[in-house]
Amino acid sequence: MAYPNDRKYSSDHEWLLVEGDEATVGITDFAQDQLGAVVYVDLPAQGDSFSAGDAIGEVESVKSVSEIYLPVSGEVIAVNEALTDNPGTINEDAYDEGWIVRIRLNDPSEVDALLDAAGYEASLG
Amino acid sequence: MPEQNTVTINRGPRETIYDLSDAGKRCLYVDADPALPAVDPVARFGQYAAAEPPALPQVNEVEIMRHYAHLASMNFGVDVGMYPLGSCTMKYNPRSCEDAARLAGFAELHPAQPAQSVQGALRLMHELQTDLGEIAGFPAVSLQPAAGAHGEYTALMVFRAAHAARGNVRRKVILPDTAHGTNPASVAMAGYEVVQIASTPEGLVDLDALRAALDQDTAAFMLTNPNTVGIFDPNILEITAAVHAVGAYAYCDGANLNAILGVVRPGDLGFDALHINLHKTFATPHGGGGPGAGPICVTAELSPYLPGPLVQHVDSAEDSYQLSYPEQSIGRVRSFYGNFGVMVRAWTYIRALGGQGLRDAGQQAVLSANYLRCRLQDAYRVAYDRICMHEFVLSGSPFAKAYGVHTLDIAKRLLDYGFHPPTIYFPLIVDEAMMIEPTETEPMDALDAFADALLAIADEAARDPEMLHNAPWTTPVRRLDEAAAARTPDLCWQAPTADAHGSR
Repeated sequence: MAYPNDRKYSSDHEWLLVEGDEATVGITDFAQDQLGAVVYVDLPAQGDSFSAGDAIGEVESVKSVSEIYLPVSGEVIAVNEALTDNPGTINEDAYDEGWIVRIRLNDPSEVDALLDAAGYEASLG
Repeated sequence: MPEQNTVTINRGPRETIYDLSDAGKRCLYVDADPALPAVDPVARFGQYAAAEPPALPQVNEVEIMRHYAHLASMNFGVDVGMYPLGSCTMKYNPRSCEDAARLAGFAELHPAQPAQSVQGALRLMHELQTDLGEIAGFPAVSLQPAAGAHGEYTALMVFRAAHAARGNVRRKVILPDTAHGTNPASVAMAGYEVVQIASTPEGLVDLDALRAALDQDTAAFMLTNPNTVGIFDPNILEITAAVHAVGAYAYCDGANLNAILGVVRPGDLGFDALHINLHKTFATPHGGGGPGAGPICVTAELSPYLPGPLVQHVDSAEDSYQLSYPEQSIGRVRSFYGNFGVMVRAWTYIRALGGQGLRDAGQQAVLSANYLRCRLQDAYRVAYDRICMHEFVLSGSPFAKAYGVHTLDIAKRLLDYGFHPPTIYFPLIVDEAMMIEPTETEPMDALDAFADALLAIADEAARDPEMLHNAPWTTPVRRLDEAAAARTPDLCWQAPTADAHGSR
């Protein structure tokens, strides 16, 4: 499994690709593998605001339903509507086409507390 | 051992009943003209009259019999083989209970009959209320809820009514992360907010986490005890005391009552309400959407809020069994009297076994589970390695890491050995979980055959992972694409076109 070095990770298995005061958020390759085939994604609405640690939506697989946590605070500026019709994109391409939301960060320094790729991989044991 | 190239004859899915249809085929030819009166549907039903007759299949009787007998032969049930589905308690249902439910005096009653004409049925319901209350340790019982989850919902509504009667509307209900999925669903249905707390590494309630979550806004704490990893929580008295200390109610999900039957009464553990799955613990058929029953038992304090009707016994010459509706009742939760046929079976089961027999059944269920756990503990990883209650959880994670063989593959391969798989991927806190509950009804030979099958599959995982990825090999349908079924379900039969209607 791959964990690209260009982004940050949370211990709840989300990734953040930060560009200025914006970030794209998805779930990691490990998370999609654990979930198994994703059959439904419950997405937030554009404009929704969340605090760090809030659940912003759900990923449902043939095994279980899991919440997606936003590890930093921010406002949703885009959601990946394509997942509604093709939720399996999360399994096929978790780091690119399978992105979930794009947010505007309230405080870009919150990102500093997140894990880097090596730290995340180490946390998986 | 089933081989992957085993040929099975005539077991696969065939045509639908509509494919067998031809115009003019009939079942029974009656040599008479019954001279039915003509009915004008439009005059009678107006805009609701159908423009055309329904597209029903036209089939010979022998074709119908063979069609449905074939479908039944493709099904797997507890009458076919062992069904060790953890927490679901799929045990064999004695035929004596079925006989009782089919007695004409029960089976042919009409629910709208006046109470004085169904005194025997009401007496049975009254005795079942009393028996369940005695077994569970509660003074009041409602037989109304039609399933376990319905019982959870009903009890939460009773809690809500009791809080409201004190002018004390509370917003949240706390659950451990081992809870059955129905628990949070019932909480949401009852209008409460779900608060989940993490379990300890031993799979028990984390008392500190519970105390931290409990506050004056907590309406209830729901707990399955023994829990879904098959462990009886030793801190249960402290747990219920902590819940009561903030004025909240303690709810027991009774799905696992089987394990403590005749040994422990949930009412003595400080619980305020409990549902009992008659279709699990008291051996009535379930699964496949058949009727169940989830009676709830409550404390005297909560009894005024129970849904009606309850059956009460009054001393009088005639109709001494009467229906009553508690004064502050939350109202009906089910039409008429609940699933009466299920109650007849449960009453029969309880009376047949008696007190000692029920206790023996519970202890046998625990013994069977521990026997299997010990036979499997070397080849599989036991998630919580200790003496268990009626069920235990294995983790398939070593096979996933070493061979890429997942619990789903193992479960599918069990079908080739003639066993229904256990509950898999639940509880969620165990990686690659397999939750096994043999129940007290499986004989020693069946327990051994099941253990032998799982041990053989463990060997196969090391030798031939690819074969397991493609299992099952011998079933009427092979590995199903669950993701496609969930993403793009196709649930509707398409009617033939007008030209083809009634013929091929």
